[in-house]
Amino acid sequence: MRGVAVIGVGETEFGELWDRSFRDLGIEAGLKAIQDAKLRSEDIDAVYIGNMSAGKFIDQEHVSALVADYSGLADMHLPTVRVEGGGACGAIALLQARLAIASGMYDIVVVGGAEKMTDVGEVQAAEILSSTADQEWESVFGATFAGLYAMMARRHMYEYGTTREHLASVAVKNHKNGALNPDAQFQKEITIDAVLQSPWVAEPLGLFDCAPLSDGAAAVVLCAAEKAHKFTDTPILFRGSGQASDFLALHDRRDLTTMDATVVAGKRAFDEAKLTPKDVQVAEVHDNFTISEILAIEDLRFVEKGKGGPATLDGVTALNGKISVNTSGGLKARGQPVGATGVAQAVEIVHQLRGEAGKRQVVGARRGLTHTLGGTGATAIVHIFERGD
Amino acid sequence: MAIPRFWREIASRYNLIGTKCGSCGKVDFPPRAVCPDCGRKSIGKMQRVKLTGKGTVVTYTVIHDAPAQFELQKPYVMAIIEMEEGVRLTSQVIDTKPEDVKIGMKVQAAFRKLGQEGEAGVIHYGYKFRPAG
Ligand SMILES: [Zn+2]
Repeated sequence: MRGVAVIGVGETEFGELWDRSFRDLGIEAGLKAIQDAKLRSEDIDAVYIGNMSAGKFIDQEHVSALVADYSGLADMHLPTVRVEGGGACGAIALLQARLAIASGMYDIVVVGGAEKMTDVGEVQAAEILSSTADQEWESVFGATFAGLYAMMARRHMYEYGTTREHLASVAVKNHKNGALNPDAQFQKEITIDAVLQSPWVAEPLGLFDCAPLSDGAAAVVLCAAEKAHKFTDTPILFRGSGQASDFLALHDRRDLTTMDATVVAGKRAFDEAKLTPKDVQVAEVHDNFTISEILAIEDLRFVEKGKGGPATLDGVTALNGKISVNTSGGLKARGQPVGATGVAQAVEIVHQLRGEAGKRQVVGARRGLTHTLGGTGATAIVHIFERGD
Repeated sequence: MAIPRFWREIASRYNLIGTKCGSCGKVDFPPRAVCPDCGRKSIGKMQRVKLTGKGTVVTYTVIHDAPAQFELQKPYVMAIIEMEEGVRLTSQVIDTKPEDVKIGMKVQAAFRKLGQEGEAGVIHYGYKFRPAG
């Protein structure tokens, strides 16, 4: 397989952007990434888009052709691909684009991720998110998306003594990082007490244990590594990628406090990279709920199983801690326009590895990781990146 | 949810019908055409079985932010329940105060209204669980 590098990145601000359409957001992110890579449109071989549910959120399907069209690429007749995989769609689009370049079929692919979630009401948006769980055997009985994660949290508390303070410390850390990210939806620090006192969504998760509904988009330009130096002095190389699936319904999984899909995806990515978790300095993990980040750092082996809560409270995963996790603010503070998530995580890692993350820069960051979930963990995908200069 | 889509699953939702693998004996719910443990060996050997309805709470939550069709029931308890047969499912726990629900609690299936679609919509029925004994 040919090596593949990221040579350009771009993202919009994230938030409740009433005045911005899906098209506006997708185009802004794409054009920023193309500009960052100093590409001409003739250089582009294909466009891949991660999008979870434009059909339900904005009543528009076929968004891959739409984004290429409105980015001014229609008369180039590029192949465009839209990838769906719940919350993991952006990260899967990245992997598919990486494979397309590695195969030799394409040299340069633009990968975008976008979601416009706030055109529908909050209750409806929550129901759309629930559709990535098992509609027939979970949702129909009244289980919400937050409720399913809450049941993982409850079981983690029971088995490992995790507390609500431990969960809250994830939100506090990610808001602290988000305050340093000018694109983040929430650029304000919060306290443990504020999280504990936020209204219940699904016990033991309160409102501040949950990532928000957001609009936003992100894009990266991928290029065959052998040609990357034509465009940039600091290409960021894919070192390993792993994707895995599991039972769709949470109740069918082997263990309610371990996401086996994350364990397997992480192992596959680290095996390909011939690296271990100790070799990574910065990670963006899928913190759609506070419990999700605790499971992720355990299942990726950054901390021991069961110790994710105390480790977070002790600052192990804080900015410039032992492993800096969610320096962008994560889904919790940067925001979670679902389709954009996996791509936005890669954008943050690229900023970190290039050394251009400003006030939230991880000192000496050379390798970084992204971890993205679909549903309640029926899909997980991990990418490991390294500075290639 | 479309009416045929609900109707298709009535046997399992009304009567807790699952399948038992003729190869390894593992019980699945809802019915599966292929045993996750045995794969191809189990094809054509999956027998229909009715679960006893007795189970134990493995984990639970109290839902406060509910979908539109459950709005009138909130707050309500959702749980993952391990059935006597070993298989797990997701259901509501009723006829008890939320604060009295515990991991390890014994429960028994009951037939109840699950929800209603829209103002004068179709009423869905199925299993919920209540404290056993
Ligand atoms: Zn079997």
